[in-house]
Amino acid sequence: MSILTSNRYLESLLAGRPQLPAAFASPALAWLNRLRADAVDRVGALTVPTTRDEEWRFTDISPLTRISFQPARSAPRLELADIESFDVPEAAARLTFVDGVYAPQLSFNRAGVVVENLASGVNQHGATLEAHLGRYAEFQHNAFAALNTAFLQDGALIVVPRNAAVAAPVHLLFVAARQDVAAYPRCLVVAEAGSEVTVVEDSVALQDEAYFNNAVTEIAVGDGARVRHVRVQRDSGKAFHIANCAVTLAHASRYQSVSVALGARISRYNLNVLQAAEGIECAIDGLALIADRQLADTHTSIDHAKPHGISRQLHKCIVGGAAHAVFNGKIMVRPGAQFTDSSQSSRNLLLTGKAHVDTKPQLEIFADDVKCAHGATVGQLDAEEVFYLMSRGLADAAARNLLTYAFGAEIIDRIPIASLRHRLEQTVLEQTHRES
Amino acid sequence: MIYQDSKTLLEVRGLCATVNGIEILKGINVTVRTGEVHAIMGPNGSGKSTFAKLLAGHPAYALTGGTVAFEGRNLLELAPEERARAGIFLGFQYPIEIPGVANSQFLRLAYNTLQTQRGKDELDPLEFDDFVREKMKLLEMNPDFLDRSVNEGFSGGEKKRNEILQMALLEPKLAILDETDSGLDIDALRVVAGGVNQLATRDNAIVLVTHYQRLLNYIVPDYVHVMDGGRIIKTGGKELAVELETRGYDWVSAEYETIARATA
Repeated sequence: MSILTSNRYLESLLAGRPQLPAAFASPALAWLNRLRADAVDRVGALTVPTTRDEEWRFTDISPLTRISFQPARSAPRLELADIESFDVPEAAARLTFVDGVYAPQLSFNRAGVVVENLASGVNQHGATLEAHLGRYAEFQHNAFAALNTAFLQDGALIVVPRNAAVAAPVHLLFVAARQDVAAYPRCLVVAEAGSEVTVVEDSVALQDEAYFNNAVTEIAVGDGARVRHVRVQRDSGKAFHIANCAVTLAHASRYQSVSVALGARISRYNLNVLQAAEGIECAIDGLALIADRQLADTHTSIDHAKPHGISRQLHKCIVGGAAHAVFNGKIMVRPGAQFTDSSQSSRNLLLTGKAHVDTKPQLEIFADDVKCAHGATVGQLDAEEVFYLMSRGLADAAARNLLTYAFGAEIIDRIPIASLRHRLEQTVLEQTHRES
Repeated sequence: MIYQDSKTLLEVRGLCATVNGIEILKGINVTVRTGEVHAIMGPNGSGKSTFAKLLAGHPAYALTGGTVAFEGRNLLELAPEERARAGIFLGFQYPIEIPGVANSQFLRLAYNTLQTQRGKDELDPLEFDDFVREKMKLLEMNPDFLDRSVNEGFSGGEKKRNEILQMALLEPKLAILDETDSGLDIDALRVVAGGVNQLATRDNAIVLVTHYQRLLNYIVPDYVHVMDGGRIIKTGGKELAVELETRGYDWVSAEYETIARATA
């Protein structure tokens, strides 16, 4: 693809940009409109990445450019019954977006903190938004983040005030209802000092067709605050899913993330976590369970900028069919970030001869008194384990299913929400059955 | 116990096997009848664990000769799970850890799989919970082990108890216990052996594979076989085990070689 056609594709996506909502017209929101305008400019200057870009070496995104996607002007009206199967009963709040458009009738908030549509909260929470929105998710060199920012309108805004703890999770549900739609989910989570919240980003489909989700999430975790972040990508098998998430962590804060990728023909998740102060702890776990001709690419970066930071990461891929999983895990330890304690493990299970994984730990260490452990394994199911189960009467396929399930369950077990954990375990069990 | 009206369960004739092209078993002959307890002893590398795993269908071994009949059926053409369903149980020397699968889930799956095969009803999780807790008492196991992942973080003794628990649930006709005593302290050994003794009936049989005589103080064998170099070189009663404990294995090998030379 030439640069010209590549850029033309981005321009074509941009062409469908809806009119600016009236709420954005206020002079107080000039910064927001500038942000959008900057993003539009960047889209004009950037191109769709190719496998010649180091960051996209293993992921050929060109199939995306063969389909013309347009944003939804309005969302189809859905009833609660339509999304019942995605319900998280524990949730204190839910924001639902259908094809990228906020659906108030499918949303509620009993969390006692700000959980609302960005477009409606933009005036009331202008100062908070201005301090955080677009500050963490870099779009100068990232065409997809730029596109998302150019479309800034509906999105999730969560603000947890100082020392407030929201015990029950906040569920952000992104529903894909129609084909050929491009949606630009946007989330901003601001957890002020000493606060605590659990956020679930959940991408689901009511269809099997092609569509394009291009998401950006920004999470600012204040001093001593704690955020648990669950991300579930269960898009349709023909969908394209690209997501950028930027997390910035303040002094002695905690961030725990579990992301699970099950769907999409091609998915890419960039998670960038910045330990911007001392004494921070983060745990970042991921699971990609893919089959057929799916591609799931996870790029994470944990930036230890200050001393006494701890990070722990376990990423697993279960790859069946002729699917392709990619993991790139960057750990950066900046000069002066002494006493960093970091461990990273990438474990991959290939179920077939045609399954493929590219895994790359990337450590860049510029401090001398640190502990950084990393490891990667790629393998098939262990023959001794299979034999053990068969010697107990399980057929070969059943034994393999159980072991595959167990491999994935280790990550799913880390999701702090019982109903979601249970549902995903069922999904994994069904998917592994399908594989065999 | 040797009974007059016992039935032949297992009949092994001239069994030969290799692993990675190396001959490990060089013509094993043994017959096991219902009600009996057999001990297979021998030094390390004598082939006794190989023999145990081979009976359970371990895929690493290539059969090069001989026959194995189990209740008259050709055991060697059955897949491992079919052997389990036919009533063969192998207690592993090194039970496998399966992180991510709750022990209760695994035990119930194994139990229900065999129940279905035997044309009996499956147990739902609640029914199974009651059932398995009863069986755990036999082995003085803490019910907490149901909620933990299979064997993960279990001590050596806990793993072996979990093996015998599976035997108690699956009620095999022939239980082959591979080095069940290894890694057990004396209290655990007593408990595990007590469990095995309670599971022994006149309709099933037990084959103990062990390096040491110590286990046989608790589970008294009817026959003791000494394996060396891939063959059973001597068979005797329980007193043979005691003799091995005091005299070691060398004299048996020497005796076998003398006889072999004399008959050559």
